[in-house]
Amino acid sequence: MAFFRTGMLGFGGGPAVIPLLQKEVVERYQWMNDDEFGDTIALSNTMPGPIATKLAGYIGYKVGGVWGLLTALAASVIPTVLLMVLLLGVLQRYKDVPWVQNMSQTVVPVVAVMLGVLAWNFVQQSQKALGWKIAIFLIVISVLLLEVIGLHPAILIAILIAVVLIPFIKRVVSK
Amino acid sequence: MIYWQIFLAFFIPGILGYGGGPASIPLVEKEVVDRYGWMSTQEFGEVLALGNALPGPIATKMAGYVGYIEGGILGSFVGLFATIAPSLILMLGLMAILFKYKDSPEVKNISKVVKPVIAVLIGFMTVQFISESQSSLGSIQTIAIMAISYLLLEQLKVHSAFVIALALVYGAVTGI
Repeated sequence: MAFFRTGMLGFGGGPAVIPLLQKEVVERYQWMNDDEFGDTIALSNTMPGPIATKLAGYIGYKVGGVWGLLTALAASVIPTVLLMVLLLGVLQRYKDVPWVQNMSQTVVPVVAVMLGVLAWNFVQQSQKALGWKIAIFLIVISVLLLEVIGLHPAILIAILIAVVLIPFIKRVVSK
Repeated sequence: MIYWQIFLAFFIPGILGYGGGPASIPLVEKEVVDRYGWMSTQEFGEVLALGNALPGPIATKMAGYVGYIEGGILGSFVGLFATIAPSLILMLGLMAILFKYKDSPEVKNISKVVKPVIAVLIGFMTVQFISESQSSLGSIQTIAIMAISYLLLEQLKVHSAFVIALALVYGAVTGI
């Protein structure tokens, strides 16, 4: 129930779900206290992939084992996917009607604005975390590698992760 | 074969998308539009707009939908599995170690160094969408719709689902 509600009410992608989840998990059902919940968020932030499903899976597992995990995942994922398939299915069927076509064209600039704002958020976050110098340096390098040279982003991200993690792994292994 | 492609298309964004669901959007676009050609940029835009207007995590909505279009219900399941399972298993498996090293600077740094790359990827997606819209609607309409939606979304803090609905209505009315 906790994850169904947050899944259905969390408009605006995974991170929007976090405060709602906190309400359910900490205040309503008291599966965790605030500190534990904070730690869990921090840790799932250091892991790759969508945040909402990592949280659902982990909390579900803690509370109800493997079945808890599956229940939490199903509740946060399946209802919204079904809605999406249904709505887009209807849209696809009337694709060739001119006014429907026009609808899908006018929504493109709105998406562009949302993406632009999102991109700027990431720039600000990197500036806060790394400072302007390193952030701009990394941005310029990424533009060059990704768009001018055409490197696949997965390779660039993997290299960056490796560079950051090498000293950490060395330290852990040598202990 | 198609299931393997669906798996790969969502496994890579799932495992490299640091910074939550939205960070994996440009990576998904790279796979779905550029590599496999399952959708055009505009179709991807529709899916993204609708995904944004609907509730719930964005990454799984994309994966479930694209998987369904390409491979039916099983495809949808494969897309979801590839998005969710690797990062979740990693998290559950590493929880003990992570708790021990959660204050270690390197572990925290991972998501920091990846953020500028994600910013660039989303930035280029923005440009792509603008030029797409400019060629179908013309510059004036594109700029007007962008300006209005920016005002509504960022200045007046109107909910994105509402702004998208407004754009759809406008498109329907002008298209008749």
